[in-house]
Amino acid sequence: MGIRHPLPLIAFAACLAFPAVARAEPAIDVTIKDHRFTPAEIHVPAGKPVTLNVKNEDETAEEFESHDLKIEKVIAGGTSGTVRLRPLDPGKYPFIGEYHEDTAKGVIVAE
Amino acid sequence: MLATLVIVFREVLEAGLIVGIVLAATKGVPARGVWVAFGVVAGLAGACIVAAFASEIGALFAGSGQELFNACVLILAVGMLTWHNVWMASHGRKIAQDMKRVGSEVASGERPLLALAVVCGLAVLREGSEVVLFLYGVFASGETSVPGMILGGILGVLAGAGVSALLYLGLLAIPTRRLFSVTSGLITLLAAGLAAQAVAFLQQGGYVEILTSTVWDTSWLLPEDSLAGRLLHTLIGYTDRPSAAQLVVYLFTVALILTLMYSQRSRAATPRPAVAEITSRS
Repeated sequence: MGIRHPLPLIAFAACLAFPAVARAEPAIDVTIKDHRFTPAEIHVPAGKPVTLNVKNEDETAEEFESHDLKIEKVIAGGTSGTVRLRPLDPGKYPFIGEYHEDTAKGVIVAE
Repeated sequence: MLATLVIVFREVLEAGLIVGIVLAATKGVPARGVWVAFGVVAGLAGACIVAAFASEIGALFAGSGQELFNACVLILAVGMLTWHNVWMASHGRKIAQDMKRVGSEVASGERPLLALAVVCGLAVLREGSEVVLFLYGVFASGETSVPGMILGGILGVLAGAGVSALLYLGLLAIPTRRLFSVTSGLITLLAAGLAAQAVAFLQQGGYVEILTSTVWDTSWLLPEDSLAGRLLHTLIGYTDRPSAAQLVVYLFTVALILTLMYSQRSRAATPRPAVAEITSRS
């Protein structure tokens, strides 16, 4: 059958063509080890975009998740993931590792 | 084991609810089971491939590959659901009538089936790849005993499928003449919710940087990570802290689908004798 409805494909192509955003913004290293974040308290400047380089040193996968920040990012075991933080108002923004909620907890403090 | 059960249950539930709605929306269409099963199996295969290349996908586009991938999968699903609803708007009434005459709806069911099989496949692909990554990690680390993990995984799948089956059976209890209006309505909200999720991923990846402010916070009333919150999140796109862009896209998607449906419905209602004659002869 032919493509009767090109809209989804156009949207898909537009997605792929979307330019990746390259920005020179401060990057903070965060490590996951034994299902804990280090540092568990991350201080970022308020009002500025920040990138977190999250390195998962466990063999298990982890999902970096923050409801406050609307972030869900799966990071497979032994790999790294980039988490972009939008410019934040001053305040505390908790996050968790969804696959190990008991121990993997942290908070981002924008100040 | 319990942790495995809970994680697997959550992901299976999200995909399962979508499959349940699709199955209800195709009630009475022959071969729908084959199409949906094909979509689910293809989605599972795709989930394994995505999980295997997770870090490569994630590293693309300056580390925003995962977000972009998720957004594209979601947008594609929104397109397919829109296509289904628009098609049903012009053919739905005839299908409901035909269902009384056994066999006559065979040809008419073909097109939305493809779209909906793709939707099932995409849902399984997205949620399944997370399950595969999670289970593989647990398996590789040897933290949980393998039998315990397998048991937790199986129970999680069964529980997720069970709740999805409840939704499906609940929908089937609706009389056929009303069923397709209900499923079209559900699919409209489902599509709008998926579009809003796509926006969240685009914002997370840094592609959309406008309208990021939070419109409301109902996390005290109905947290999104509660069971009811998760159900509503999947079904109608409930978010306890939506961004302005998510809300705008949600409303826009609902308006767009309804407009397309109504324009199609009125076109189908307009008598066109010349066209009807040509099609009947060909």
